[in-house]
Amino acid sequence: MKLKAFSAPYLVWMIVFIVVPLLMVVYFAFTTDNGEFTLEYISDVGQYANIFMRSIWLAIIATIICLVVAYPLSYMLSRMSKHTQSTMLMIVMLPMWMNFLLRTYAWMTLLGNNGIINQLLGMIGLGPFKLINTEGAVVLGMVYNYLPFMILPLYSVMVKIDKSVIEAANDLGCNSFHTMFRVIFPLSLPGVTSGITMVFVPAISTFIISRMLGGGSNLLIGDLIEMQFLGNSYNPHLGAAISMVLMVIILVIMTVMNQFSPDDQVLI
Amino acid sequence: MENIVSLKNIVVEFEDGDRILKDISLDIKDKEFVTFLGPSGCGKTTTLRIIGGFLEPTSGDVFFDGKRINGMPPHKRNVNTVFQRYALFPHLNVYENIAFGLRVQKVPEKEIVRRVGEMLELVNLMGYEKRSVNRLSGGQQQRVAIARALVNRPKVLLLDEPLGALDLKLRKEMQTELRKIQQALELTFVYVTHDQEEALTMSDTIVVMNNGNIQQIGSPTDIYNEPENAFVADFIGESNIINGCMPEDCVVEFTGRRFECVDKGFSPNETVDVVIRPEDIKIIPADQAKLTGIVESVVFKGVHYEMIVDGVDHKWMIHSTKFEPVGAMIGMAVDPYDIHIMKKVEEE
Repeated sequence: MKLKAFSAPYLVWMIVFIVVPLLMVVYFAFTTDNGEFTLEYISDVGQYANIFMRSIWLAIIATIICLVVAYPLSYMLSRMSKHTQSTMLMIVMLPMWMNFLLRTYAWMTLLGNNGIINQLLGMIGLGPFKLINTEGAVVLGMVYNYLPFMILPLYSVMVKIDKSVIEAANDLGCNSFHTMFRVIFPLSLPGVTSGITMVFVPAISTFIISRMLGGGSNLLIGDLIEMQFLGNSYNPHLGAAISMVLMVIILVIMTVMNQFSPDDQVLI
Repeated sequence: MENIVSLKNIVVEFEDGDRILKDISLDIKDKEFVTFLGPSGCGKTTTLRIIGGFLEPTSGDVFFDGKRINGMPPHKRNVNTVFQRYALFPHLNVYENIAFGLRVQKVPEKEIVRRVGEMLELVNLMGYEKRSVNRLSGGQQQRVAIARALVNRPKVLLLDEPLGALDLKLRKEMQTELRKIQQALELTFVYVTHDQEEALTMSDTIVVMNNGNIQQIGSPTDIYNEPENAFVADFIGESNIINGCMPEDCVVEFTGRRFECVDKGFSPNETVDVVIRPEDIKIIPADQAKLTGIVESVVFKGVHYEMIVDGVDHKWMIHSTKFEPVGAMIGMAVDPYDIHIMKKVEEE
């Protein structure tokens, strides 16, 4: 097969930038500075259980909100005329044309104690509320940044649901609620699972959003890992160990998720 | 027999001003097998969708069992549909597809088992209960679609070109089978097809449609033997259609010659369409014939030969069991009652 030759550059890319770094992470996690084998760092990860819990918890909340917001939106989108669909999709994608950091900075000025929202509320005699540096702000940042990653897979699965299948459901006695529950939702499950993955994974490992919108008090795993490599508490071995544990956690959660997907649409 | 479905002055107009149906009125009798027949785009599927409730007519009334049902959503109508491309639920197996309607109605589990079992037997799919519908052949999917609709015991079953995707042999089998099912269950079937042979084989009544209008309603024999206009004659079976005129009752003139016929009631010298079926033209010796021509091509069709005969004014299509070689000069004769005279349809 000559075509195989074309995949060679990608194969090299994968080895150099994915496999090798992963092996390095594993190596760092299990060795000391002198290169001796140790389980010390792995067992140290236990101290940060509360940060892990908070990260998982906030990522779950953000994922659920994304799903609840994106599901009806995607469904409406998929049933619109082709022309409206492309316009609406562009609007959904529009924020992504802007840099991720800028978008998050924008939220800082909006949510600040003297930010626009508090100023507006002040004008009608409310507040000021503490909006920034809260868990709520972190979740908001996650939802805002990752919502398109939920909408797109949902939309692309829903747009493929044959209209006649929905008509068949109506024909067989389903009102709109039954049609949604018995036909559209089951058929959109692959989109739901891949949407959840695409939101949950970046949300659980984010560090910019929590840093900028969560202040110092809402540290997430991402922040913790960053601190081990770039921060004052420089300790790449611990950073690697935390990264590995995080990867294992994500792997476990995704494997559980896959139990809900049809056999032919496994995500990992 | 009483009417189960009646359409009164149905007009369907799309936003861009396209008139899909132009004032259709139609009665469908209970326990009848009715076929809407016409070329694609004639409005037959649109008419079916109006009965099913998937489309609201721009104007006109739909009656079901004597009650006006305009605006009633599909899930409240006692009608089920077999869709063109089956529209089976891909996430459910054969059993669950058939049980779908019963589950929605919250029929007790015991009864579901019994009724789905009956249906599987009816459509010959016993043993396929657990099979995924994606792993069935076209014919089997078709059977599931029929069972899924019939299990709800609708008064009327709507079928939208259900056999279109099947190969010829399977289609013929399914035609007989569908007819049997319809007669066994004593249901009203409304069937849409563009295949005239299918319509003639299965139907009690055929509704021939073209351009959003009904051209003719009648039994298969009526439609075939007494087509009301040139369109019907041409669409149902093969036809020779020639311009002619009626100098007086029972006399028609075409290709410059006068022929005896059996039609009357046209105004003197009215121009008409003369329709002659290819199998009604007899080959006779050229020197005894009013009409002559030279055989231009011969195709063997199994039971008969199909010949195109160049008669100078008109190229005749003849179906005959008698073989004539290409280039032969032959004579043609038609019995008076085989010459069908039709009023010209005014073109819009």
